[in-house]
Amino acid sequence: MGEKARGAPVLVMKGITKRFPGVLANDGIDFTLHKGEIHALLGENGAGKSTLMKILYGLYEADAGSIEVNGQPVRIAEPNDALRLGIGMVHQHFMLIPQFTVAENLVLGAEPRRGGLFLDMKEAIRKVEEVSQAYGLAMDPTARVSDISVGMQQRVEILKTLLRGAEILVLDEPTAVLTPQEVLELFTIMRNLAERGKSIVFISHKLKEVTAISDRVTVIRRGRVVGSLPTAETTVDELASLMVGRAVELVVEKGEAKPGEDVLVIDNLHALDARRLPAVRGVSLKVRGGEILGIAGVDGNGQSELVEVITGMRRATSGKVLLKGMDVTNWTPRRLTERGVVHIPADRHRHGLVLDFTVAENMVLQTYYKPPFSRGAVLDWDAIRKTARELIEEYDVRTPGEDTRAGSLSGGNQQKVIVARELSREPELVVAAQPTRGLDVGAIEFVHRRLIMARDEGKAVLLVSLELDEIMALADRIAVMYEGKIVGIVDRDEATEEKLGLMMAGASVEPDGGRAGRVG
Amino acid sequence: MSRKAGSIRVRSELAVPLMAVVVGLLFGALAMILTGTNPIRAYAALIRGCFGSRADLSETSVYVTPLIFTGLSIAVAYKAGLFNIGAEGQLIVGMVASAIVGVAGAGLPRIIHLPLTLASGMLAGALWAFVPGILKAKFGVHEVVNSIMMNYIALYLSHYLVTGPIKDPNIAAPYSREIANTAKLTRFFGGFGSSYRFNSGLLIAIAAALLVYYILYRTTLGYEIRAVGHNPDAARYAGISVARSVTLSMMLAGGMSGLAGAVQVCGIQYKFLDLFAFEGFGFDGIAVALVAKGHPLAVLGSASLFGILQRGSQMMQGIAHVPKQVAGIVQAVVVFMVAAEGLIEGWLRIPVLSKAFGHRAGKEEDVR
Repeated sequence: MGEKARGAPVLVMKGITKRFPGVLANDGIDFTLHKGEIHALLGENGAGKSTLMKILYGLYEADAGSIEVNGQPVRIAEPNDALRLGIGMVHQHFMLIPQFTVAENLVLGAEPRRGGLFLDMKEAIRKVEEVSQAYGLAMDPTARVSDISVGMQQRVEILKTLLRGAEILVLDEPTAVLTPQEVLELFTIMRNLAERGKSIVFISHKLKEVTAISDRVTVIRRGRVVGSLPTAETTVDELASLMVGRAVELVVEKGEAKPGEDVLVIDNLHALDARRLPAVRGVSLKVRGGEILGIAGVDGNGQSELVEVITGMRRATSGKVLLKGMDVTNWTPRRLTERGVVHIPADRHRHGLVLDFTVAENMVLQTYYKPPFSRGAVLDWDAIRKTARELIEEYDVRTPGEDTRAGSLSGGNQQKVIVARELSREPELVVAAQPTRGLDVGAIEFVHRRLIMARDEGKAVLLVSLELDEIMALADRIAVMYEGKIVGIVDRDEATEEKLGLMMAGASVEPDGGRAGRVG
Repeated sequence: MSRKAGSIRVRSELAVPLMAVVVGLLFGALAMILTGTNPIRAYAALIRGCFGSRADLSETSVYVTPLIFTGLSIAVAYKAGLFNIGAEGQLIVGMVASAIVGVAGAGLPRIIHLPLTLASGMLAGALWAFVPGILKAKFGVHEVVNSIMMNYIALYLSHYLVTGPIKDPNIAAPYSREIANTAKLTRFFGGFGSSYRFNSGLLIAIAAALLVYYILYRTTLGYEIRAVGHNPDAARYAGISVARSVTLSMMLAGGMSGLAGAVQVCGIQYKFLDLFAFEGFGFDGIAVALVAKGHPLAVLGSASLFGILQRGSQMMQGIAHVPKQVAGIVQAVVVFMVAAEGLIEGWLRIPVLSKAFGHRAGKEEDVR
């Protein structure tokens, strides 16, 4: 479908304005959704996309503006109003009960009953199967939610909104939690739904995905609509500059690597995962100063466990980790930190930040006990805040000040706090796990430039990412991890997406040359 | 956080408890009207009963002092993400220890004996809290279960000691011997035998609050405790020993409760009196810490509030013939309101109230 085939408008939002103390989150936003359309809402973190959709879903009340659904002016004061009007929302964080089965989750709140009292599970399962088949959303209604994949859980969420009669689906950053394969499956589902007349709002800040799936894109910047155009008539570059407000380097510029001596040497490393099953199964690697080694792979192939062992957060069961020739296997995080290992963790809320601490407090998370930040056991807040102010300036963290709670910053700025803290610690080895997950274009560009800078200063950089694009853009050499092993290491120049894709699926020998078969 | 940031945080955090107190008093008034008494007269009696005379003031301080210590105890543990329900037992062992040292140290000069007696109570409390602390840190055993068990061990151990080994043989009742004068805290109105029980324990409590504040916000240990309390995973990532922080904060908490017991013995009782049940200072401390939202300086205010209500309620009953349970209603409503923070946050968005209580409308999370 394209611009010409647009159906009737099912949703018109006009002049939506929402003010928070000190921030104009939505400033007179107009948004029109047509029947059977996939409409991308594109913008950086904090641009106002989520606020707009929360207003639509009745979670916030707009200060000004009107909403029409199917031509009728409506007032949406709470999510129940939205549901009644056929508006369904799939949140970034799923609202499922992990201990319940798929069917139990789906009928929750509207359980079919037998004799007015007893839950009719057979009827529930039948209903679920009926709807899932109607929309091509294959799933096992009797599986427990805690046992199914994230992608599957998302399908359950989508199905839940459909069961409640949603005609308009709002998907809030639905791809953030998915593997590349699951993203493709989600896109198929979205197209399917659109063909059956459902209208979809796709919230995202990922340009490639927006251009791949949407019929129309509305770009929001700083609470205002800066453009609304048919996807077919635009380009990734145009969207990027609309979104950020300036031309953006989508390709990272970097010079030739000048690798030095071995900084990190991993030798036949083994480790278990949280369920005590083997996760790292004999990994051998080298990272030299002045180079970026990228580790590619589908999520769950032992990358996180490998990173945790290197950074002291998980014990190795056997094998060795050497840092500049010194055996540092199973050292504590503190000792590794003092030896110059810095770690940008994959989960910034769980590990990277204490959200209830201020920005200043977070900036000294590993160094608070050392001069100049403390003398003896007493903290020197003046020194801590001064350093925080300098880092905020240097790393362009957008925050009202160093005393602001880290949890109130946007995701991109939270990540900048972590990057600033880690890279300013004069590292020998930088371990960056998913350093740009969930960030917008501007912030990604920033983090990438900083990692390249660290490399050019002669640091060894180990980059773990699920985004193949990121690995391809940054790494000098690329190792592919599959089922806890390194299936191959290739130079960036020899790597193609196809070749890496095959290796990520477990093929250890490449068709041409077989260099990837080498381990170590 | 700097001094400036600290004060800002305290001020915006104060809005909810203040509002809760106002609502609590209104509910109390309502209860009085329903039972046919004049609330203004009753509250006037409450105030007079607490501050009306030197004797009233003195007795009020007796109620407030232990609540400051136990409130601090709960607050410190809470900062590390722990729930110290064991303050009661820590207080008991603190009383026993200082009752023993207060007697055994007779002959020492006061400048040594008094601090030694207080320190023994504090140490006993810290050791009592060390047990659940280390079990939590090393084996992940939930501190609440162990703290409660430690409470009963303390109660029955003290019962055994005071009916046997440390019992004063000269009297029939199960009391320990009176501590030496060198171990007694100064009474402000008159000597050790004065009927005005107001003593320097209150000053020690205030100093303790300042010390706890200093430790939490100005030292590396406090930084570690707060980091562990907010996010143990991030603390571990940053190289902070979670086990050490958990154990130390629990011991600090126990030390505060133990000190509460020591001050009771050295300032009020001068001996250990057999307990038939828990006295409740430890449990009231939970409410005190909750209303103070875990802030050590705010504990001073909320302990005063609870102390005044407890003392004042008896006077209210005496003077205005209002059942003292009304004070219980006020306390309960205050605690409930602070716990149901969301409710009050909502009220504080009403412009008139937000102005009156100086609270910013909306949560900062909304500004994302």
